[in-house]
Amino acid sequence: MLAAVLHQPFWVNACTRILIYALVAVSLDLIVGYGGMVSFGHAAYFAVGGYTVAVLAQNGVGTALIAWPLAVLMSAALAAVVGALSLRTSGIFFIMITLAFAQMVFYALIAVRAWGGNDGLPIDARGVLPGLDVRDPNVLYAVCLVLLVAFVVVSAQLVESRFGIVLRGARRSDRRLLALGFPTFRYKLVAFVIAGAGAGLAGALWAEYARFVSPDMASWSRSGEFLVMVILGGIGTLAGAVYGAAVLLGLESLLAGFTEHWMLPLGAILLAIVLFAKRGLYGWLAGTSDA
Amino acid sequence: MPDTAVQAHAMMTVLAVRGLRKTFGALVATDDLDLDVARGDCHALIGPNGAGKTTLLAQLAGELAPDRGSILFGERDVTRLAADARARFGIARSFQITTLVDDFTAEDNVALAVQARHATAMRFWRNAFTDGALRSPARSALARVGLAERASVRASDLAHGEQRLLELAIALAQEPAVLLLDEPMAGLGHDESRAMIELLRGIKGTVTMLLVEHDMDAVAQLADRVTVLVAGRAIATGSYDAVRNDARVRDAYLGENG
Repeated sequence: MLAAVLHQPFWVNACTRILIYALVAVSLDLIVGYGGMVSFGHAAYFAVGGYTVAVLAQNGVGTALIAWPLAVLMSAALAAVVGALSLRTSGIFFIMITLAFAQMVFYALIAVRAWGGNDGLPIDARGVLPGLDVRDPNVLYAVCLVLLVAFVVVSAQLVESRFGIVLRGARRSDRRLLALGFPTFRYKLVAFVIAGAGAGLAGALWAEYARFVSPDMASWSRSGEFLVMVILGGIGTLAGAVYGAAVLLGLESLLAGFTEHWMLPLGAILLAIVLFAKRGLYGWLAGTSDA
Repeated sequence: MPDTAVQAHAMMTVLAVRGLRKTFGALVATDDLDLDVARGDCHALIGPNGAGKTTLLAQLAGELAPDRGSILFGERDVTRLAADARARFGIARSFQITTLVDDFTAEDNVALAVQARHATAMRFWRNAFTDGALRSPARSALARVGLAERASVRASDLAHGEQRLLELAIALAQEPAVLLLDEPMAGLGHDESRAMIELLRGIKGTVTMLLVEHDMDAVAQLADRVTVLVAGRAIATGSYDAVRNDARVRDAYLGENG
């Protein structure tokens, strides 16, 4: 499949988009599926990662070795602040507060004239990695693939580690974990920051891919899309989030080819999958309804 | 008291409550309460419904902040410490309403308690589900309460009596200095109660216990000392027999049960 794909720019680009979105979805599943933290503002970290790369490029810093880690750091820092404030709440309040913070990022990006405001910021400078030209779609595709696989592997290890079982335990019974002596707030915050960092990395990749960033990256509908990918793929499955991203993007472009009202059939299909596959696409493919 | 007696008293007392008060609106749940739990004792806390036993337990565990007064654990004032910090100092509690991690197995639940005792730093890599350092102490705690065969059953699939035993196994795995037990017999059948009493007799003396319990059989068999709580006040403290024969207690509490 890989070989066939690599000769057709259309498919390379489509697959790169899927890989980047999948990275965001996996990072979101880490906190939604294992920490019970339903963040409705995950697009903010995606946007901050992207803008970091774009603004650095605007100022002549094109080295991915500097830009990408800085993008991850900026997103992680934002997640640390947002998490420290919003994790004092839970349930619907947590959803609303994370959404509110993302909206603040969205409007802040619109407000900054130097970064193009509403129009966004194109990237002219060439992003470079030592020995790799990420401007070549095939190379960028490969880089995205490697980073996604690495993130999934690390995440899968993380959720089975001592850290991971505290996170998962606190999702079900925070009171018990506190009574055992675990400072659960700190565990959740660390997970929230890791998820933000993952989304930031994806944002950096998106900036390299699209050579353009805009406030739309932080919009609430984008945050919602990320959540749909997680739910579609199966909450708390990590790999499922990759399927969720692939299917959502695939359906979008497929249905858009038939009708301009493609949102309608898409909604119906999503509804069917959520209703009939309990553990999302992952559970359906793995042939189990619970794990 | 002469100085030596004060010192002896301080050495003996592991958990001391001084002038503790907690109100909810007009309701006084804890009313200037003093309580001393001696090291190694099984100290029972009894009283009619609404006497403030559960509220007191929540304040001792750090889940509820008192309005005033202090709680001393050994030499340390823990009044303002959060629940997780108190647990790390060695105050463990069991729950009456099940707060088990219901999608974890029995063994996973106990392994969490073992882990809590071990490490303060977060560890992100090594698999905790196959880590012998967590799993073998967890299995032996399960064996102590007779749940060895049920180690790999999900907590939500255990029978009520088994969940109460698991609750105890978790508390044991924490190896606490003081164990706050919130009605361990609640909802148990006659035979199950007998088994639970036997288990608690087995650990008696190895850990200081504060036992909130309605089952007078259990209190009679387990308690070294009994404190009777009525309307947030300790109206009597002494041996089970002494308390049972106390006129105020008979009036306030035992009398109404016949």
